[in-house]
Amino acid sequence: MLTMIGKRLMFAIPSLIGVVIVTFLLTRALPGDPAAYFAGPAASKEAIEQIRKKLGFDKPLIEQFLRYANDLAHGDFGTSLTTGQPVATEIRNRLPASAELTLLGLIVSITIAIPLGVLAATRPGSWIDHLCRVTTTAGVSLPVFFTGLVLVYVFYFRLGWSPAPLGRLDVFYSAPPTVTGLYLIDALIAREFETFRSALSQLILPAATLAIFSLAPIARMTRASMLAVLASDFVRTARASGLSPSTVIVTYAFRNAMLPVITTLSMVFSFLLGANVLVEKVFAWPGIGSYAVEALISSDFAPVQGFVLTMAVMYVLLNLVIDILYGVIDPRVRLEG
Amino acid sequence: MTAQPLLDVHDLTVEFTTRRGIVKAVQHVNISVAKGETLGIVGESGSGKSVTSYAVMRILDRAGRIADGSVMFSGIDVKAASENEMRDLRGREISMIFQNPRAALNPIRKVGDQIEDVLRQHVQSAASDRGEKAIEALEQVKIARPRERYHAYPFELSGGMCQRVVIALALACNPQLLIADEPTTGLDVTTQKAVMDLIVELTKRRHMSTILITHDLGLAAAYCDRVVVMEKGRVVETAKSANIFARPEHAYTKKLMRATPRLGVSLRDLLPEEEVLASPRTPAVMAGLDPAIHHSSEGSSKAMDPRVKPAGDETKSPLLLVEKLVKEYPRQGAGAVLSKLFSRKPPVEAEVFRAVDGISFTVGHGESVGLVGESGCGKSTTSMMVMRLLDQTSGRIAFDGEEIGAILPQAFARLPLRKSIQMVFQDPTDSLNPRFTAARAIADPLLQLGDVKGRDALRARCEKLAGLVGLPVDLLDRFPHQLSGGQKARVGIARAIALHPKLVILDEPTAALDVSVQAVVLNLLQDLKASMGMSYLFVSHDLNVVRLLCDRVIVMRAGRIVEQGPSERVLGDPQDAYTKELLTAIPHPPLPVH
Repeated sequence: MLTMIGKRLMFAIPSLIGVVIVTFLLTRALPGDPAAYFAGPAASKEAIEQIRKKLGFDKPLIEQFLRYANDLAHGDFGTSLTTGQPVATEIRNRLPASAELTLLGLIVSITIAIPLGVLAATRPGSWIDHLCRVTTTAGVSLPVFFTGLVLVYVFYFRLGWSPAPLGRLDVFYSAPPTVTGLYLIDALIAREFETFRSALSQLILPAATLAIFSLAPIARMTRASMLAVLASDFVRTARASGLSPSTVIVTYAFRNAMLPVITTLSMVFSFLLGANVLVEKVFAWPGIGSYAVEALISSDFAPVQGFVLTMAVMYVLLNLVIDILYGVIDPRVRLEG
Repeated sequence: MTAQPLLDVHDLTVEFTTRRGIVKAVQHVNISVAKGETLGIVGESGSGKSVTSYAVMRILDRAGRIADGSVMFSGIDVKAASENEMRDLRGREISMIFQNPRAALNPIRKVGDQIEDVLRQHVQSAASDRGEKAIEALEQVKIARPRERYHAYPFELSGGMCQRVVIALALACNPQLLIADEPTTGLDVTTQKAVMDLIVELTKRRHMSTILITHDLGLAAAYCDRVVVMEKGRVVETAKSANIFARPEHAYTKKLMRATPRLGVSLRDLLPEEEVLASPRTPAVMAGLDPAIHHSSEGSSKAMDPRVKPAGDETKSPLLLVEKLVKEYPRQGAGAVLSKLFSRKPPVEAEVFRAVDGISFTVGHGESVGLVGESGCGKSTTSMMVMRLLDQTSGRIAFDGEEIGAILPQAFARLPLRKSIQMVFQDPTDSLNPRFTAARAIADPLLQLGDVKGRDALRARCEKLAGLVGLPVDLLDRFPHQLSGGQKARVGIARAIALHPKLVILDEPTAALDVSVQAVVLNLLQDLKASMGMSYLFVSHDLNVVRLLCDRVIVMRAGRIVEQGPSERVLGDPQDAYTKELLTAIPHPPLPVH
């Protein structure tokens, strides 16, 4: 098992190198001159040239790349021009924020979508099937910024049940001592239950927004694969052997139906992690997506490259986890050590 | 028969709600099974034989319901029973084994656990010795090393083995009635015999009743006390199996009997009497086709007798010459194949598996050669290599004097030679593009390799080909799902002969068809061969069919040829022990009185 994981990680190295090269070239190919941007609108030609020299952008591409690669090899992701902070530090601070939000959103989504999909598949044509259809259609057709704004409007502005959508914690609380970077877990570890409550109340609305969005693909996939499995021969065998409906559905149908659902889950997760910029913007969430977009707009290369690389690594790790999960569920793809 | 049958189906009607309204799959069916009796239900696809059995167990799918009649099982009214009562009946009193055993088992659950699930449901043993009970159940179906197999997953077992597990599952709770729905379809003849003998032995020992649902008259005759013949949802005849084959009463039973390939008959004998008079139909149709068909005049007389050998072919070089052909695969389990797919690691052992192990044979001009063997014997691999869909490891393939063994499969598709070798595939449904109409499917090779230009010419050619294979022209614009199995088979054949090939490889072309359709298709193939001067390489596991269609037969086992020679000699007087074993494993229906 461990050798397998090691091998898989080895296989990922060439693709990571590819990602480094491509992001480097892409950021250079983007329109916009960072030197001009940072010099400000009133800067003279000489001033811009000076900044360009200072940033190293006057050197040939290959030299810039080698310097970048060398820095990377030393664990240096570069420094953001806009914030002046090292990219590595910023990503380290912001990634947990995104991860916490995405994970919670996904957990909420799974706990609703999977039972919904299963119930819809076992009772085709019933009200729950229609509910499933309506929910999934609504989930995909409502853009996240819209659901996010509606939730803020109703629960914060109208009802006043939730706190202001301003980041991860209420201003009166300080962040719990960092262990995992996820505030909920860190607060529990530090036994700061008030902080936990505050962090959770901040999280609920953005997480719900994400959950509504990710509900659709998961519920749909669950329903479709459950329907396929329920029509299969071995479910008929199970029914003909007089097994109880719960055994048939859980042990026989559900476990088999889980395989495509897990694939969907991994896709949804990796998508949400980097792409929920709009949610992060609506809720002023200090996440990694909004960080990358801001950097991109201001032609700030280092954070963009750092972001893409981080996402690539996350993706590799996530795929590994999915493969291991697959092996646990399906003996046919069980991994050989 | 005893006064109180174990199962009494009276006036049963089953309806299915479909988009096109209510369809009656089974109408007014009466069936009774006495204790200890084995009843065969025989019929072709769509006869309602499976639906009847599903109704008995009340496992019809959502759209189906018992509309009328009654099903009484040892005093219990199945139609009125609650779902809970039914659940107690299923698996404990009535159990069922299915076609396609591998799919009938949960692919991701150990077989031992699946047997235990049933034991647990019906509280057949204490939790502590349930494992032992499951192993015992595996032992009873004669699975070697049951203690190890307990931990096996279905994909690690062979088809025959899976069927044994399904039987173990069905008999684990000692039911009174076993319903076997085509239990051996898709299994090799020797496996079929082993599985059927096992079922009979186990059910006899336990004084169980059995319903054997099958399309194979031979199987029903060999294993059943009584036989019920069903057609289009109705029972047409019920009789003792000894009588029904000797004196079939109903016209449909007679037709079925006739169509079943068996000893001592020719291809023509398989057809219903009125159709024999109508054929041969080919020469008339052929006359309109182009000069590529040179045999048409003398073809008609040959078409009458399938075993007339084209004269003078021995002196010429053979059409196909295969010499010392070898195909090796790296030896891998299913898991290893998948891990390779995900590029996890290269296979550790460089050990190889020889699927085809140095075989040599020839196919003469106008000759049809049968390639016979059980699954995994390498017959399909051989045909794929001849077809240049697969590259061989070593050996020589010469076609019509040209070496084709060295041509890579990718390159062969573009050569004009590709026209001369065509193939008819096993599954008429899966081998047609579901988005292509019949005409488009037939036109496909013409578009790729043919010289027919223009829409109208193409259409005319398709219609001619359709006429040739007996496909009504108005069906040409239908999609595969709108055609019957036999019609789809005809489309497949028309597609294969569209370019006037010299050699057609027939890979079990009738395996998925009902016997009466099979009879027609086999006759069609015979007529086409004679009139178009083609050679056939007929890959099949069905010795009776091979006997009828082929001049020569090659018996393969484990990648090697164990015997080859003229069909009559090899199948009438087999020399090799394996050929003998194959022949004795075929269940034969008693010959009808002419």
